[in-house]
Amino acid sequence: MSKTDGHINDTEITDALVAEHGLTPDEFQMVCAHMGRTPNYTELGVFSVMWSEHCSYKSSRKWLKKLPVDGPQVIQGPGENAGVIDIGDGDAAVFKMESHNHPSFIEPYQGAATGVGGIMRDVFTMGARPVANLNALRFGQPDHAKTRHLVAGVVSGIGGYGNCMGVPTVGGEINFDPSYNGNILVNAMCVGVARTDKIFYAAATGIGSPVVYVGSKTGRDGIHGATMASAEFDDASEEKRPTVQVGDPFTEKLLLEACQELMASDAIIGIQDMGAAGLTSSSVEMADKGGVGIVLDLDKVPCRETHMTGYEMLLSESQERMLMVLKPGREPEAEAIFGRWGLDFAVIGELTDTGRMVVNHQGRTIADMPLGPLADGAPEYDRPHVPTPQAADFDSSLLANAPDMADALTTLMASSEIASRRWVYEQYDSMVMGDTLAGPGGDAALVRVHGTQKALAISTDVTPRYCFADPIEGGKQAVSEAYRNISATGATPLAITNCLNFGNPERAEIMGQFVGCLEGMGDAGRSLDFPVVSGNVSLYNETNGTGILPTPAIGGVGLLKQHDKAVGNRFTAEGQIIYLLGDTKGHLGASLYQRDILGNDSVFAPPPVNLDAEAAHGAVVREAIDKGLIAAAHDVSDGGLAVSLAEMAIGHNIGAEISAQGDTGFWFGEDQARYVLAVTLDNAAAFETLAGGLPLQKIGTTTGAELKFGDTVTISVKQLHDLNEGWFPALMQG
Amino acid sequence: MQASVIVFPGSNCDRDVAVCVEAAMGKAPLMAWHGDATLPKSDLIVLPGGFSYGDYLRCGSMAANSPIMREVVAQAEKGAAVLGICNGFQVLTECGLLPGVLMQNKGLNFVCRNTRLTVTNNKTAFTTQYMADEEIIVPVAHNEGNYFADDDTLKQLQDEDRIAFTYAAGDNPNGACLDIAGICDKAGRIVGMMPHPERRAETALGGEDGKRMFTGIVEALS
Repeated sequence: MSKTDGHINDTEITDALVAEHGLTPDEFQMVCAHMGRTPNYTELGVFSVMWSEHCSYKSSRKWLKKLPVDGPQVIQGPGENAGVIDIGDGDAAVFKMESHNHPSFIEPYQGAATGVGGIMRDVFTMGARPVANLNALRFGQPDHAKTRHLVAGVVSGIGGYGNCMGVPTVGGEINFDPSYNGNILVNAMCVGVARTDKIFYAAATGIGSPVVYVGSKTGRDGIHGATMASAEFDDASEEKRPTVQVGDPFTEKLLLEACQELMASDAIIGIQDMGAAGLTSSSVEMADKGGVGIVLDLDKVPCRETHMTGYEMLLSESQERMLMVLKPGREPEAEAIFGRWGLDFAVIGELTDTGRMVVNHQGRTIADMPLGPLADGAPEYDRPHVPTPQAADFDSSLLANAPDMADALTTLMASSEIASRRWVYEQYDSMVMGDTLAGPGGDAALVRVHGTQKALAISTDVTPRYCFADPIEGGKQAVSEAYRNISATGATPLAITNCLNFGNPERAEIMGQFVGCLEGMGDAGRSLDFPVVSGNVSLYNETNGTGILPTPAIGGVGLLKQHDKAVGNRFTAEGQIIYLLGDTKGHLGASLYQRDILGNDSVFAPPPVNLDAEAAHGAVVREAIDKGLIAAAHDVSDGGLAVSLAEMAIGHNIGAEISAQGDTGFWFGEDQARYVLAVTLDNAAAFETLAGGLPLQKIGTTTGAELKFGDTVTISVKQLHDLNEGWFPALMQG
Repeated sequence: MQASVIVFPGSNCDRDVAVCVEAAMGKAPLMAWHGDATLPKSDLIVLPGGFSYGDYLRCGSMAANSPIMREVVAQAEKGAAVLGICNGFQVLTECGLLPGVLMQNKGLNFVCRNTRLTVTNNKTAFTTQYMADEEIIVPVAHNEGNYFADDDTLKQLQDEDRIAFTYAAGDNPNGACLDIAGICDKAGRIVGMMPHPERRAETALGGEDGKRMFTGIVEALS
């Protein structure tokens, strides 16, 4: 890229160079039209990142617009660094989930670490203090040659960054599936808390206001990361390791504290973290949102490498950096704060009234571009999409050779999807900040709002195998499961963030998956009053032409007004009545039973989602918990009723006698809108009255240290526990 | 009574421990900055957990050489009570107020979980509200908590009854010598421990076993 003689901008712009920058010939013509001339090398680089799929959402925008984003609880919907919702008393929850898939596959530790660092910056840029991290991870099949290495690296990276920041990692989810063999997913979610009157936005206003760079110095790491995230992988992708950024959580901790200190004053007009596409994207977004222009002097940018070109500075994705616009004259107090925390502080430009981004470096103007087209001018594609064919209903003749129930249950408890994630989450500091009321292992994590009686309930969910078999139902189910997990703690679901991981959108069947999942997600969000307030799209998750399962991960946030009313998902005592709330038809299509017990990979229809039932059942569970009628609550999901009961038993080694009778579908079917609830004898009558009219079945009683299903099946809870705990350590020991 | 919590760049349990000190004392502690060369006379000094200076050198070694630590050492030598938790324990060993060293966990991974502890010395300034050999539950969260010292030092710690806490049998999370979770100086006024008592100081967080560290020292100093 660099030339020894002459300036980089003297490089001739050829078709090959345009293609190398990921722009199509048509897109390049649009750039030329916006510019009124052929862009120079630097300008081409800037356009290429701003118009990349990652930054411009050009394939997804049309469909994202259809999602529900409003509600009385919404303070800020999609479009800012993170979404903001009202949680009462002048407090706001600020949250977002984001992918760091491609870098994590190439370099798992740094890829995952910087994913965590990036999402925390998105949250504290808004003025919030991060209070909880979660992560949704997908790996290839457990025995694939790379899986252990990737799991170990990703987990270590997440812990390495989050632990040092002093923000608890309180939950998440992990799936294993061969479709992720060459393309793992690392989706990091962060939740922060702010005061509603101290939310900070990106928009930059005030002609002449200083543009300030703070944080780490700029290096050559991560150049064109956004472009990499917008292309498929092939066997040569590991050569892209230099585009993976390197994280420094210590500096980010200092940056967090310094920003919080400055935010306590009124010196900041706008603030934006330098994430994907670094200085380019942050300055374009701030100036464009404020409707102004911006001039940057790259000679002022703190660099940690010598002889960096302007092109490299503009496109670097070095971590732990922020761009701010300050009120004129407030630079000294800001500089003093950042200096005290040992961070770089530099005024690198100012706002103008030109509507253009002008970049000067070493005595020449190296880029002069109109802001509007950079920010919003990328074409919006309505890519061809074909609906996913309707899957057949489950073929019950497959059950002819099914194992007996005890074998199936013990196998599932030690399966890749159900096995305890303790090996993972004990590497995360889940308790720092002293407000984690329920950490990893529950239906939803519970984090107290510091100094109050309130708690946030947080969960990440999606069932990719459902989304693959039926994107619409799968999209609904992902939202519904988050809704259930939050409701099962007693909290009221308020809003979601999403992280939409799909394959190559230029293939009509992949685009069909995307369109279907968003349709289902939108329906569910509207029906459950659970709007989307932030999110991220990650496309091109393919290696050598094989796509991942469609994985639209949902991060849900709910509010519990009085945290001491919360319940857990483990049996708490013997002698409690066990109820099953919700209809059981015995849907085994796309179930874990089909995949792991029958070993069958045919595509069958997943369980349908009845959103009215989800809303009604969730409401009654929350009300019963609020009235103190429930001792333990657990949603029914992967593995069905039998697995839910086993999970509730192993927590405190309390067994149950189950009187209900049923077939394989009854025990292992994954029908939706269901909860298992444990209720003390004293509360049973009141609870039954409350749930009157809803499908409610008394299925047994907690007792002893065994799970007994009728007279025929008896399994030791200790055995289930040991099987459940044993799988992950055994995998990692190899 | 004056209490101070030392804040190093990278400390991240400073607020958590301040909450517990305030609850026990009825007054917020002073949050003292690492770069300050002076520290108001303090009866209790807490070195909190975290990653001081990023732990990019040996854990606690940079913090041990910060300006404020000269003051901490001086006041400790004059009898101030000092509690080092996790990274704070590492700082205490690095600055020489306590012997030994905290090595990387035997399992090579960060570990965060509840541990069962035995209060092996309930006569330190911090542990008088525990019964002798009482078993309590307090969480750990560290990557370098594997206490090591040479045999002579270990014998001296035993002979002088300076092992304050041990991990209960079978619950050693890091491979520490003699299952040591925390030790003290000869006078029992300087205590360093890997587990985090501030994380288990109220029922909402699972229990109050850690709370008595704070109420105990306040009682001792009042």
